[in-house]
Amino acid sequence: MIGVAHYLTLAGLLFTLSVAGIFLNRKNVIILLMCIELMLLAVNFNFITLSRFLGDAAGQVFVFFILTVAAAESAIGLAILVVLFRSRRSINVEELDSMKG
Amino acid sequence: MEAVIFYVFGAALIAAGVGVVTSRNPIHSAMFLVLAFVTSAFLWMLLEAEFLAIVLVLVYVGAVMVLFLFVVMMLDVKIEQARAGFTRYAPLGIAVVLIIVAQLGYVVWARTQEMSFLQAPPRADAGFSNTELLGSQLYTDYAYPFELAAVILLVAIVAAISLTMRKRPGLKVQDVAKQVQVSREDRVRLVSMDAEKGE
Repeated sequence: MIGVAHYLTLAGLLFTLSVAGIFLNRKNVIILLMCIELMLLAVNFNFITLSRFLGDAAGQVFVFFILTVAAAESAIGLAILVVLFRSRRSINVEELDSMKG
Repeated sequence: MEAVIFYVFGAALIAAGVGVVTSRNPIHSAMFLVLAFVTSAFLWMLLEAEFLAIVLVLVYVGAVMVLFLFVVMMLDVKIEQARAGFTRYAPLGIAVVLIIVAQLGYVVWARTQEMSFLQAPPRADAGFSNTELLGSQLYTDYAYPFELAAVILLVAIVAAISLTMRKRPGLKVQDVAKQVQVSREDRVRLVSMDAEKGE
C-alpha cells in the first residue's frame, strides 16, 4: 500500500537531487534556474501529498500560488539572463564578478 | 495497481531529475525537465489533484519550458566551458546531499510509519470535481491572495518586457509625438526665383 511516506520520500529525493544539481552545475545559470524549478516542483509535491492525506484543499490553493510566483520568477530570471548575455557575451557565473562579491 | 503506477512514474521522475542535473547539453536538460513535469503531473492525478496536474502540463510544459528552450537556443552557450567545474564541487555537493537525504529519510520515513491519522481517505466518487472545489476555495477564502497573484503576474510581464526592450541607434521608426508637434515653418521653405526665359 502506498502511504504518505512514499510520496514524501519521492519529493525529498527530487529536492536533494536539485540541491546536488546546484552544487554540480556552478557555471551555467540556465541549469541553475532549471534546478530551482525542480526544487519548486518537489515542494509542490509535498503540498499536494499532504493536501490529499489531510483532506484539506488549502494545500492545493498554495500550490496554485507557488506555480504563479514560479512562472513570474522564471520569466524575470530569463529576461535578466538575456540582458546579461547581451552586455557581457557570457553567462558563466565565474565571470560575473564586476561587483567584487 | 496504484503501487505499480507510483513506482513506475516515481522511477521515471527520479531518472528525469538525474538527467536534468547531469546532462551535458542544456537543451537535453530542458527536455528532461519537461519529462519530470509530465511525470509528476501523472503522480498528482494519482493524488486526486486533477486541476493542478493539467495546469502543470499547460503552464509549465506549454509556456515556461518553451521559454527556457527559446533562451537556451538564443544564447548559444559553449558547452565545454560551461562544464569546466563539474567535478570540482562534486565531493562537497555529494556530502551535503547525503546529509539532507539522511535527515529527510529519518524524519519522513521513520516518523510517519506510526502516524495513523495520515491514512489516505477513500477515493472520491466519479461525480466529484476537483476544479469546482479549488474554485470555491479560491474565490471565497483566498480572493485577496488571488488578486495579489494577478498583480504579481502583471509586474512580471512589465519587468520582463522593460528589461529586454532596447533602442538601437540607427533604427528608423516614426515618432508620432514629433510628427504631431511639427509646425509649418519647420517644413516649408518658400523660394522666389525668376521664370526661365526661352531663347
